[in-house]
Amino acid sequence: MIYLTRKAEFSASHYYHSPELSPEENRRIFGKCNNPLGHGHNYVLEVTVQGEIDPRSGMVVDLKDLKEILAREVMDIFDHRFLNEEVPEFRTRVPTTENLAVSIWRRIAPKLSFCALHRVRLYETPDLFVDYFGSTEKQ
Amino acid sequence: MVHLTRRYMFSASHRLHNPRLADGENSQIYGKCNNPGGHGHNYFLEVTVAGPIDPLTGMVVNLAELDGYVQSAILTPFDQTSLNGQPIFAKLVPTSENLCIEIHRILQEGWKELPSGKKARLQSVRLEETISNFFEYSGDAQ
Repeated sequence: MIYLTRKAEFSASHYYHSPELSPEENRRIFGKCNNPLGHGHNYVLEVTVQGEIDPRSGMVVDLKDLKEILAREVMDIFDHRFLNEEVPEFRTRVPTTENLAVSIWRRIAPKLSFCALHRVRLYETPDLFVDYFGSTEKQ
Repeated sequence: MVHLTRRYMFSASHRLHNPRLADGENSQIYGKCNNPGGHGHNYFLEVTVAGPIDPLTGMVVNLAELDGYVQSAILTPFDQTSLNGQPIFAKLVPTSENLCIEIHRILQEGWKELPSGKKARLQSVRLEETISNFFEYSGDAQ
């Protein structure tokens, strides 16, 4: 078993607001992230897959296939978008880094037929990142 | 279950010296880190929290709350200080291994009093002494 990680970067805007909370509660919980005009980040995504090394190719995954899945399922949908309005699941869910990592997992895990998804790591800034290992956590 | 990691920085000095060892042994074991005047580092501290995403807020932990806690429990007491002068290092050599474990212990002590600490747990503490040396501790039970 070996792990391979591919990085990708996308830029997007968002703001934090829950319709189930009052305007005062939204401001108190989310602070300056509640500004309705939004703000943006350069997100850095690390996708780690796990599998056995193919004895003929010496590879765990065809990097071109993985790159195409990331382009189609993540970059085309998230890059240079206003997440609250342009990504369907965030019309009803707050686009925190936590929820983004889960959303990315759900979008790419079913598309990987040749290896298994191990971890989605998403950096919002160099000082803040989230790891998601799927619904059954692996250590 | 999601892991969230926040990165912090503090600067401190230390000298690696164990008074139970002879001077020659200290010099042999710790090398230039045994220099009597001490030396300093910019330590990068990564605190990882694990928990479920709150369906209302979309968050594992309130970052302002986590930042405030780490600031008061770790950064304010340690930043711009000499670690050898800290009470916890009165009988403990302030290596980054020991510092990493002490930071984990201090954060764990007040964790349950944090509003976010009831649902999210302290997963691990990772301490970078330099870009080449780092230490990670998840508690004895893990």
